[in-house]
Amino acid sequence: MWIYKKMLEYPADVERVDPLYASYLFAQFGGPDSELSAGLRYLSQAWTMPIPEGKATLISIGTEELAHWEIIGTLIYKLTKGVPATELAKLGAPGAHYVQHDRALYPHDASGVPWTAAYIQSIGDPVADLHEDMAAEEKARATYEHLIDMARDAKVIATLSFLREREIVHFQRFGETLDLLYEYIDKSAQKEPVEK
Amino acid sequence: MQNRVRMLRKIQMVQFAVIDLNLYLNTHPRDRRALDEHNRLVAELDKLEEEYVQKYGILTAFSSSPAPWQWIDDPWPWEINYSR
Ligand SMILES: [Fe+2]
Repeated sequence: MWIYKKMLEYPADVERVDPLYASYLFAQFGGPDSELSAGLRYLSQAWTMPIPEGKATLISIGTEELAHWEIIGTLIYKLTKGVPATELAKLGAPGAHYVQHDRALYPHDASGVPWTAAYIQSIGDPVADLHEDMAAEEKARATYEHLIDMARDAKVIATLSFLREREIVHFQRFGETLDLLYEYIDKSAQKEPVEK
Repeated sequence: MQNRVRMLRKIQMVQFAVIDLNLYLNTHPRDRRALDEHNRLVAELDKLEEEYVQKYGILTAFSSSPAPWQWIDDPWPWEINYSR
């Protein structure tokens, strides 16, 4: 089960509202390599992961991703808070979001495409799953770098830098898990009786 | 609010170290030094949270609450300004 803790993992703040930038952040809220995709991908894969280190890694990182999803949602919320609809209407993506969602959070990507489970895979082969996870972490890191390249708000940059760094740590841990999995596969192969 | 935010940020810092060590320990379960550090930080986190909960309200719905039920109290995490 999951328990909600009434706090953020990182003190996410913004200097001033910026609805256009908030629309870019939706990439990490409901895009293909978003925190939402990451969380559901790892948590879905956990059931069939054979090794104990792998189960723990998928559950721990999957859970942390949901905390990151909350941080991105908080940045979007703070960046759009109180901006009049007439201002949003001048900005393209923020205006389009307002038509269907007002200032509510909704999992879509930076272009407004709704989140879909088709973004993630859980194929039941732990080697393949972990490779997907490592690729996902690198894609999320790259997305954060694109977002940081376009940002001017120092507080937003600080939060995105924290999240970018977490992707690097997650990639590292998934890599270690993959090494442990190969060890496990080699050992199980040795133990199996030779078939005639 | 200022003191509350200061305490919350302290909790966030210690909690982050615990999260990061949790991930590390998942793939290095026999690293004794990391485990000791994890356990030391968990004790520190417990102490900080206990103090926070006493002063400002419960952090999870699994804490006992003074009346009236405190879980519904604002602010929620996204409503806090952390840098003022
Ligand atoms: Fe991640």
